[in-house]
Amino acid sequence: MADIKKIATRESYGAALAEFGEKYDIIVMDADLSKSTKTDTFKKKFPERFINCGIAEASMLSAAAGLATCGKIVFASSFAMFAAGRAFEQIRNSICYPKLNVKIGATHAGISVGEDGATHQCLEDIGIMRTLPNMVILNPADDTEAKAAVEAAIKHEGPVYLRFGRLAVPVLYDDTYKFELGKGVQLKEGNDVTLVATGLLVETALNAAELLKQEGINARVINIHTIKPIDKEIITKASLETGAIVTCEEHNVIGGLGSAVAEVLCENAPCALQRIGTQDVFGRSGKPNELFEIYGLTAEAIRDAAKKAIALKK
Amino acid sequence: MSNNTNLELTAYKIRKHAIDGVYSASSGHPGGSLSIADILSVLYFDEMNIDPKNPKDPSRDRFVLSKGHCAPALYGALAERGFIPTEDIKTFRRTDSYLQGHPDMKGTPGVEMSTGSLGQGICAANGMALAAKLDNKDYRVYAILGDGELEEGQVWEAAMFAAHYNLDNLCAFVDFNGLQIDGDITKVMNPTPIDKKFEAFNWNVIIIDAHNIEEIKNALKKAKETKGKPTVIIANSVKGKGVSYMENNAAWHGAAPKEDEYNQAIKELDAKIAELEAKVNG
Repeated sequence: MADIKKIATRESYGAALAEFGEKYDIIVMDADLSKSTKTDTFKKKFPERFINCGIAEASMLSAAAGLATCGKIVFASSFAMFAAGRAFEQIRNSICYPKLNVKIGATHAGISVGEDGATHQCLEDIGIMRTLPNMVILNPADDTEAKAAVEAAIKHEGPVYLRFGRLAVPVLYDDTYKFELGKGVQLKEGNDVTLVATGLLVETALNAAELLKQEGINARVINIHTIKPIDKEIITKASLETGAIVTCEEHNVIGGLGSAVAEVLCENAPCALQRIGTQDVFGRSGKPNELFEIYGLTAEAIRDAAKKAIALKK
Repeated sequence: MSNNTNLELTAYKIRKHAIDGVYSASSGHPGGSLSIADILSVLYFDEMNIDPKNPKDPSRDRFVLSKGHCAPALYGALAERGFIPTEDIKTFRRTDSYLQGHPDMKGTPGVEMSTGSLGQGICAANGMALAAKLDNKDYRVYAILGDGELEEGQVWEAAMFAAHYNLDNLCAFVDFNGLQIDGDITKVMNPTPIDKKFEAFNWNVIIIDAHNIEEIKNALKKAKETKGKPTVIIANSVKGKGVSYMENNAAWHGAAPKEDEYNQAIKELDAKIAELEAKVNG
């Protein structure tokens, strides 16, 4: 495992913008964070199509809407906290309501932001963005998927929220991976329980499946990269075939993947459900791995939740 | 080709449409709609390169009503200019109508941006002006802001942005009628001095009488001649202009006239329209 290649999905975002900038006429905006969001990779290559808006996210998102009315495909980038949080209402009224072609590249999502602490660890963005009509939410798990998500966002007509992380994470997929917007990906077969994960918790869920295997439990693992529109089919099937589900996300259990999956289950095929994520609390400063331990975002925590879900189905 | 009397006449027709809309809906924002009618008349009938038959022409000029609550006046201008049928104004704010309480770009021909949440329209106008620069196109972008709207911090983010990117193809009006919902703007949250603020943000600043057609036209001409920076036209206006009992009364910011009040308003506006028509017909 030691030689597995690790890349932060924010790096993938910057690289993908620079790559697809050749093929597509995209505009990239940032709010003075281009070195962190990695949009500077695009800026170096296409300075004429890079717009720095300064530390003014509301201005950036609304101006992105204006550019989109003139036929531009715009990527507006900031930290998840300031894109989804601070500029929520600009996204709602100026982008989602008129269904404009603005893509929000939100980096530094989740607790894995680490040392910067609670003010910068956005654990609510999926919940906030999920309530907006016309919005598509993509939360890629690794470098390959992140790049594919950027291209899928370019091809999709309308607003897209892309969630990227600061922390380097293992590359799970090779170049043969086919990303399909709105379709979950089954990574591992199993019939005792299903681990439905998103973002960097996908790898953790795969590790949890290994731990469960040691105890004779066969866990199915599903990667939900598109949180909205969510793949109801794969979730319903998992419920009917395994009878127990654990959702795994680097987000508050309220409003995020856990809520989205619970909604699908309740309306289609109820089953035992446990939700791994932050439990309605703010984060704190620390190293990402320490924070995963403190907030229960580990393979062991997922294993224990899976056993609880299995017990509940009886 | 329009002469000033014609433009003034059109402004009064826009005012009448606005009052019709608000009265039909029993809700809406008459005060600020009446104060911007002259500006809209000049923009839609003298200044802007627009074509109701081809409302999505990429090379058209754009107008953004940043103070979106004054949709009744915008719909009046769009009806007069032929973008929408005049009779539809009576459907304003109804569930079966495309004329939403605040402008909806997806549903209404000629509406360039969905607005209503203050501060966002001017930023969208920035995006449009920037798009013209990026594409080397020479279309211009116009916006109207409310004076109360200037209390939104986002407006000043926009002011920085437009000056930073030298958006000389952007011209924003401030409808300086001095009143907002809760009263006198200087008492609610004083945004003055407006001119000095925009000057400090490196805009070209012009101050005019919002109800003087010639001054509006001259200001727009000067705005076009100004290179390297955006222009703001601070238009000193009378809230409720043209309906005597609404003038300078904050109570008419967001209230609809009752039947007798409506009749009175229409009587006054019709008298003015007749007077101007007589003048036009010489």
